[in-house]
Amino acid sequence: MTLLEFYDRWNGVIWKATIETFQMVSISLAIAVLIGLPLGVLLVLTRPNKSMENKYVYQSLNVVINIVRSIPFIILLFAILPFTKLIVGTSIGVKGVIVPLVVYTAPYIARLMESALLEVDRGVLEAYEAMGIKTRDIIWHVMVREARPSIILGLTIAVIGLIGATAMAGLVGAGGLGDVAYRFGHLRYEPEIMYVTIVILIILIQGIQSIGNRLAAKVKKD
Amino acid sequence: MIQLKNISKSFSSKKNEEVIALKDVSLEVKKGEIFGVIGYSGAGKSTLVRCVNLLEKPTSGEVFVNGENLSAMSSAKLRETRQKIGMIFQGFNLLKTATVFDNIAIPLKLTGVPKADISKRVTKYLDIVGLSEKHHVYPSQLSGGQKQRVAIARALSHEPEVLLSDEATSALDPETTHSILDLLLKINKEFGITILLITHEMHVIQKICDRVAVMENGEVVEQGAVIDLYSNPQHGTTKKFVNSLFPNDIPNEILEDLQKQGPIIDLTFIGTSTDKPALSMVSKKFNVHTNILSGNIIQLKDKPFGKLTAHIQGDKSETDKALAYLQNEGVQVNEVSKK
Repeated sequence: MTLLEFYDRWNGVIWKATIETFQMVSISLAIAVLIGLPLGVLLVLTRPNKSMENKYVYQSLNVVINIVRSIPFIILLFAILPFTKLIVGTSIGVKGVIVPLVVYTAPYIARLMESALLEVDRGVLEAYEAMGIKTRDIIWHVMVREARPSIILGLTIAVIGLIGATAMAGLVGAGGLGDVAYRFGHLRYEPEIMYVTIVILIILIQGIQSIGNRLAAKVKKD
Repeated sequence: MIQLKNISKSFSSKKNEEVIALKDVSLEVKKGEIFGVIGYSGAGKSTLVRCVNLLEKPTSGEVFVNGENLSAMSSAKLRETRQKIGMIFQGFNLLKTATVFDNIAIPLKLTGVPKADISKRVTKYLDIVGLSEKHHVYPSQLSGGQKQRVAIARALSHEPEVLLSDEATSALDPETTHSILDLLLKINKEFGITILLITHEMHVIQKICDRVAVMENGEVVEQGAVIDLYSNPQHGTTKKFVNSLFPNDIPNEILEDLQKQGPIIDLTFIGTSTDKPALSMVSKKFNVHTNILSGNIIQLKDKPFGKLTAHIQGDKSETDKALAYLQNEGVQVNEVSKK
C-alpha cells in the first residue's frame, strides 16, 4: 500500500476522530474548570487556619474528591451510566461521554487548583484585607491572579489526562482517536493505523505542553 | 488618633495550650506623631500592630481609631474604616504578576475610586515616593527598597489618616533603611499622617519616633518620649536596648583599680549640652585629670544625645566639685558601680 492510498483510505476516519477528541476535551474541560476552580477555592478557604475555616465543608469535600479520584475512568464510565442518562438523556455518543469526563476531571482540577492557590503568599492576601477589600475581590483579583502561572500548568496536566481518558470514550460510541487506534489498529489488526494515531497523539501532547509552558512563563513575572 | 484599651490576645496552640501574645496592653497614639513600639522577637509587637486594624481580633479590649470603636463595627463598616488605615509590611506584599502601576491601581479600583482619578493618584504617589520612572516595571525587577516604596505609595494612594508599619525596614540594608525612614518622616510632616511603627532596631526609633513603647512578653513595660527613655531608662529591657547603643562593659577588676584614684562616671548629654566641652573645662578649672573610657553621640529626631563614661582622677574634694560643676552645666551624672 502506498502512502497515497493509505492517506486516501484513512484521512476521513482520522480527521473525524481528531475532531471528536477535540470536542470531548474542550467541552468537558470547560465544564470541569467551572466546577473545579470554585471547588479548589473552597478547599483553600475552608482549610484549617484560613479565612473561612470550616472543617465540615473542608473534610467532606476532601472525602468526596478522594472517592471520585479513586475510580479509574473506565469503571467510572459505566458506574455512573444512570446518572449520565439522567443529566443528558443519553449514555452514548459524545454527549454521553461528557458527563463521566467531567465527573472524572473536575475533582482532579479542584486538587490542581488547590495546590496552585496555596502557593500564593499569605502576606499579599493580608495586605488586601488590610486595605478593606472584599473577600470575593481578594479571591479573584489577588489569589487567582497571582496563581495564574501554576493554574495554567495545572490545566495543562488536566488536559493531557483528559485526552488519555477520551481514549476509552469509544466504549460508549463516542469515537475519538483512541477509539480508532483500538478498533482498527487492535481489533482488526492494522498496526499502521495504530502507529499513526500514536504519532498524532504524541504531537498533540507535545504541542499542548509547550503552549502551557509558554503561557505560564508569560504570565509569571518573577 | 489610635487608642488601644486593655488589649489581650491569646492563641490556642496545636497542643491546645494557650499562648498569650498580649496582656492588657493600653496605648495612645496622638494625631500627627510617630509612635514606635520596640521589643525583641516574640514580644508581641507584631500582634499588637495587627490588632489596630483587626487583622488580628483581640480576645478582649477595644480598639479606637479616630474616635471610632473598630471592635464594635459590622464587617462592611470595618472594611470602609480599614481603607483609611494604611499598612506596610516587612515582606512588601506586592502582586508579583502586576506592574508597579497596577499594584497601586488595582486596590484603588477595588475600593471604588472613580476610574478617572486612579491614574492621577497612582502618578501622584509614585512621584512622592520617587519612582515616577517605574510605572511599567514588575516588582521582581525592583530592589527591596524600591518595593517598599511601591508599598508605601500603595498605602498612601488611599489617602489614609494613619499608617501602620509592621517591621517595614527589617528586611532592608542600613542605607536603604535610612532612605525609607526619611520617606516616612516626609509623609508624616507633609501629609500629617499619624504613624505607628514596630521594630526591633533602636536606630529606627531614634531617627523618626516622637514617643516609644517597649514591649516584653506581651506587655508594654515602659513608654514615653524617646529622649526620656534614652536618657533615663527604667525597665531592664529598655536599659538593654539603650546600652546596646553605648557599649561600655568595663571589667570589674579594672573598675576597682581605677576607683582607687577617683570616681568613674556616666555622663549623659542631651540637646545643647552636647556642644559644650564640659569635660575638658573640668580638668582646667579643678585639680583633676579626666580620662574617657568610652563614649558615643547619636542624633535623635530633634536633638543630639550623647553618653560618655569617664574616669576622674584626683582628691575627693576636687572630684566632688568637678561633678557638681558638670551637673550645673546640664549634664546628667551617674556614678558607675560594680556589676
